[in-house]
Amino acid sequence: MTATRPTLHENPWYTHTVRITDLIDETEGVATYHLKFTDGDAATAYEFIPGQFNMLYLPGVGESAISMSGDPARKNGWIHTVRVAGNVTKTLARLRRGDTLGLRGPFGTGWPVADLVGTDVVIVAGGLGMAPLRPLVYHLMNHREQFGKIWLILGARTSDGLLYPCEYSAWQKRDLEVILTVDRATADWNGHVGVVTQLIDRLQLPRPEQTQMVTCGPEVMMKYAAMSGHRLGIDAGRIWVSMERNMQCAAGLCGHCQLGPEFICKDGPVIRYDRIRPYLFVEQL
Amino acid sequence: METPISPLFIPKPHLQLLLDELRRRKYSVVGPTIDQDAIVYGDIHSVEQLPQGWTDEQAPGHYRLKRREDESWFGYVVGPHSWKKYLFPPKTTLLSAEKTESGWQFIPRSADTTKFALLGVRACELAAMRIQDQVFLDGPYQDPLYRERREQLFIIAVNCTQAASTCFCTSMKTGPRCEKGFDLALTEIDSGFLCEVGSERGREVLDAFISSARRASEGSSNDANSTNENVTSLPILDATPEQLRSAETARQQAVDQITKHMETSDLPGLLLSNLDHPRWKEVGERCLSCTNCTMVCPTCFCSSVTEVRDLNMDRVERERTWDSCFNPDFSYLGGSLVRNDTASRYRQWLTHKLDSWHAQFGTSGCVGCGRCITWCPVGIDITEEVAAIREGTLP
Ligand SMILES: Cc1cc2nc3c(=O)[nH]c(=O)nc-3n(C[C@H](O)[C@H](O)[C@H](O)COP(=O)(O)OP(=O)(O)OC[C@H]3O[C@@H](n4cnc5c(N)ncnc54)[C@H](O)[C@@H]3O)c2cc1C
Ligand code: SF4
Ligand code: SF4
Ligand code: FES
Repeated sequence: MTATRPTLHENPWYTHTVRITDLIDETEGVATYHLKFTDGDAATAYEFIPGQFNMLYLPGVGESAISMSGDPARKNGWIHTVRVAGNVTKTLARLRRGDTLGLRGPFGTGWPVADLVGTDVVIVAGGLGMAPLRPLVYHLMNHREQFGKIWLILGARTSDGLLYPCEYSAWQKRDLEVILTVDRATADWNGHVGVVTQLIDRLQLPRPEQTQMVTCGPEVMMKYAAMSGHRLGIDAGRIWVSMERNMQCAAGLCGHCQLGPEFICKDGPVIRYDRIRPYLFVEQL
Repeated sequence: METPISPLFIPKPHLQLLLDELRRRKYSVVGPTIDQDAIVYGDIHSVEQLPQGWTDEQAPGHYRLKRREDESWFGYVVGPHSWKKYLFPPKTTLLSAEKTESGWQFIPRSADTTKFALLGVRACELAAMRIQDQVFLDGPYQDPLYRERREQLFIIAVNCTQAASTCFCTSMKTGPRCEKGFDLALTEIDSGFLCEVGSERGREVLDAFISSARRASEGSSNDANSTNENVTSLPILDATPEQLRSAETARQQAVDQITKHMETSDLPGLLLSNLDHPRWKEVGERCLSCTNCTMVCPTCFCSSVTEVRDLNMDRVERERTWDSCFNPDFSYLGGSLVRNDTASRYRQWLTHKLDSWHAQFGTSGCVGCGRCITWCPVGIDITEEVAAIREGTLP
């Protein structure tokens, strides 16, 4: 089961003021924002499940769905990693420490943290897909003894796009195997070149029937990752993807995010692969 | 005062007193009225505003008002409006944002106190409201405006006594008889209405109405100058067996006039298992992607949010408006459109309405009101599209 947690307020449109308390440039066009409520600051206000998202609101511009990218155990603010895409994210990128914006959430389903207990876990991230997976990595690290082997296969267009590079060694030390790949090698790169699926195909899974795969990235990447996982013996019922669709309400009320029978905002974004597979391969659904 | 269980007979002119009673109770009464050559829903102060003596002629892509041979007040079927516009308004402000010295402040919209009384709700429309209740109230999140208006709503249903060629409520098991979900339900016969009570709230209003009718009749018989004497001196009594029979005949007439049928035994399932059917492309060539079908449909609930700001951006309102899966931008995602042709949009509409709706809400999203058929400029008929998909399906 994907996990859910109710929003902070029963009115799904209720928007809180948050202030940017810290700002970290990750790579070209990608930054991580630390946000804090200006009203009340109870730690419980920051509870979320890895994989969930908030709606960030820039008045006069619009709202964007943005996943949590921080540690779920450290309840000291919202942490989001955002890439500049269009109007909303461009406006956000112009803000500075101390500026305010709107936030509502958390919304959606999270990674199936309970189902992962006792199993081996293959994490496959493509580009910014690492952002919603980082809270899961933190969770696995925080409770390392509960899980079996863990691989993190992370791909990006170039090495610049590999998010959070400073943290890999800490993760490796806690027995999480980090495997990196890029589509195109730049001068500084001497690791793998190629798509993530090639690396999945090379994994030696000691117990595929007790292995789960979680993946987030471009839709095509997730489809191919799931197919590779399947070939290694990971059943579709043990593969989890995080989907993206147009979102206006995030609460199952506006109809925009539908894919087949699923509302990606409330039945997802994290969905078990066997549930969504019939619809993933239909053009323009 | 006790109201009898069996239907009451309300002489026709007394309906005005019922409207007055509702207005006294601070309801905004809305009901059918004629505007721009159609019967639409609007504010009703007087029974004179009802489409007395008018009816609607409907067929795929065709709607026309016609004089009736009699003076029926509710002798039409359904028009381009549906009651959703009162519970889920076409345009509404969700919240506003204000720039202050300490940054942006967000002000939720204040609670809505509008009490609507709907007059003339059809059986399929009661079903549509139950469907929208599930969408807006039964999920993990409720729509606050819908909830506030729904809780206060007073519903006077009026049974259909005729049907249009576009109606197929019998296939969808939603009508034509109003069976539940109303406060009061009327059946129109020549001289008046038979009235059934569907809720405590309905009983309360009816009791007050009967008392006021009684007072009016006493007043008018005492007052020789009253111009309304013949109006208000008629008594409200239990319906006679003959009146009950006339009402039954009138309602049966609607059942008998329904000719359109939609087979539902393989819905859900049929459409989602035929996503590659060639019919989608074919209907996509006829459909104009005009959004009419979704705008007139009483269950369609899609919406979008836009920013309305003053020039110096110190105050911004977030406005929600009806949207449609037929709008290209509806599926906008990261610089492109997920559904970038009409065939894919029509497929989304039909599979959602008749198939995935079951998985989402445990019911069909269609009540068989026929509006989408009548108001489609090219006369696309939802029942024919389903039949065509079924026909071309390999067993
Ligand atoms: C559940 C979920 C989680 C997400 N998590 C994250 C996250 O953690 N981090 C993150 O960065 N993103 C995340 N996203 C994606 C993010 O929501 C979008 O990138 C963001 O909403 C884009 O908004 P925008 O206004 O900046 O860009 P948009 O206006 O949507 O523009 C996106 C792209 O389209 C182009 N464009 C804009 N308008 C048009 C037009 N009319 N025609 C053609 N092209 C156009 C822009 O130039 C740009 O290239 C997530 C999305 C979902 C659904
Ligand atoms: S789909 Fe058409 S017939 Fe069905 S409820 Fe909507 S408008 Fe009425
Ligand atoms: S089916 Fe008809 S009413 Fe609906 S969008 Fe297409 S042309 Fe318009
Ligand atoms: S985003 Fe509105 S229904 Fe999912």
